[in-house]
Amino acid sequence: MGLTLSWLSVIILIPLAGLFLKSLELSPEQFWNILSSRRTLNALRVSFGLAFAAACVNLVMGSIIVWALVRYRFPGRKLFDAIVDVPFALPTAVAGVALTSLFAEKGWLGAPLAALGIKVAFTPLGIFVAMIFIGIPFVVRTVQPVLQDLEIELEEASGSLGASRWQTITRVILPSLAPALLTGLALAFARAVGEYGSVIFIAGNLPNVSEIAPLLIVIRLSEFRYADATAIAVIMLVVSFVIIFAVNRLQRWAQNRVPVH
Amino acid sequence: MTMQIADSGSLTSPDAKARAHALAARDNLRTEPRAVRIVIIALAMLFLSVFVVLPLVVVFAQALSKGIFAYFAALSDPEALSAIKLTLVVAAISVGLNLVFGLVAAWAIAKFDFPGKTFLITLIDLPFSVSPVISGLVFVLLFGAQGYFGGWLRDHDIQILFAVPGIALATTFVTFPFVARALIPLMQEQGTQEEEAAISLGASGLQTFFRVTLPNIKWGVLYGVLLCNARAMGEFGAVSVVSGHIRGETNTMPLLVEILYNEYQFVAAFAIASLLAMLALITLIAKTILERHLDEGQDVNDH
Repeated sequence: MGLTLSWLSVIILIPLAGLFLKSLELSPEQFWNILSSRRTLNALRVSFGLAFAAACVNLVMGSIIVWALVRYRFPGRKLFDAIVDVPFALPTAVAGVALTSLFAEKGWLGAPLAALGIKVAFTPLGIFVAMIFIGIPFVVRTVQPVLQDLEIELEEASGSLGASRWQTITRVILPSLAPALLTGLALAFARAVGEYGSVIFIAGNLPNVSEIAPLLIVIRLSEFRYADATAIAVIMLVVSFVIIFAVNRLQRWAQNRVPVH
Repeated sequence: MTMQIADSGSLTSPDAKARAHALAARDNLRTEPRAVRIVIIALAMLFLSVFVVLPLVVVFAQALSKGIFAYFAALSDPEALSAIKLTLVVAAISVGLNLVFGLVAAWAIAKFDFPGKTFLITLIDLPFSVSPVISGLVFVLLFGAQGYFGGWLRDHDIQILFAVPGIALATTFVTFPFVARALIPLMQEQGTQEEEAAISLGASGLQTFFRVTLPNIKWGVLYGVLLCNARAMGEFGAVSVVSGHIRGETNTMPLLVEILYNEYQFVAAFAIASLLAMLALITLIAKTILERHLDEGQDVNDH
């Protein structure tokens, strides 16, 4: 026990406490000035805005993938099921260079898209693509077990009582999946907000346009503007705390809700 | 399932036919029209192919674009070799530390009750949700020249930041949850009966741990180590902040990928990247095999 706690404090508590102590060295006014500067605000807007948009895409596409994997049998199903975990396992820098060369103007997908007048790499759209890539397993892996365990009888009851298939899906299945879907959305969002490796290669990193908040932290650090880096980090950290907290509450709520059925 | 039942034409007796109809009707309540099924499967496959399969293929295609000799030449470059060595050393240190800690933490959390347990679990989970850049930043704030311990470290001539200890620390921080997270549910499920039996039969605490607890969780331990190792070798953001990018000295493989890529040495960058991609693929295959073992273990316990 003692060992656990002391190791935990050495590795996690002391570093985090250091971060908050450092931010306390700033006066509220300084803190506010750093955060409300145009470049910081834009970086936060890019990170949070695109992460949310990407998480929404993942929610929709993740649900479709889960549905296909759980409910249908098709050739290659097991392979596709395993492939979902690739963004978890692939180092982010590798994902970053791969996506960039794929979507660059001469890349396999970039070239046809460029012909259509769509530029992906080195624009905010590229950040969006990278965030979709890293977020997809979160939605699939949170929703999949819930859909697998869903009681067949509920759907049969609904169907035999005259509900159309669409009604059964939207009124019976979706509500049962809602907590898992929201958890998946939150996890994908949290991951995308903090993502660095897979985004910076494809982003273009133009200040105010395609610069993500984690990159701005790195830039401030390399300029030895530690206070600026710390202030941005604290804001991002607080947001991820809130997200974990919300996810935990959501899961407890979902667990308590089950006996009602 | 649906297709098999509906399509099987070997049922001849009227009774069997009626039953088949009833089954088909029952299944119709639970499935979608054929066209919808095809569209959903196609969408899922297309999305996964574009976003997941293609990036993987690109890595190998680019790495081998100038032929196999250029590929191996890039890998045997002294800088590449030193990056590979550093990555292995750092992964060994952080996996080792987190293995020992993860075992102890999971044991404490699963087998005992104490105040603040939920808080402890939240702390263990934290590195999963913190931006890797912030994980690196906290160590710069502690050990950097202007950091809290920076002055003391300089006086004692200890180099942590921009050196192997800093990289190992940041990696350990980031990979902290894997082993503990893999073991906690497993150990909770197994309960404390077997340990209590061993102790009451006269085994010491350590004997109980090595002879009773450890054999029960060996697949879980392997699972945690596997994921921990994959992340440790591939970590980029946190390591990038603390490494200092000293060529041939503090560049891990992911950092070298970045440097080579930014210098337009694409074959070399993708050659290193292909090693990391292979690591990811091997990890996934091993993970699938281990998951089967873990499931079997659970089935045995259920019966």
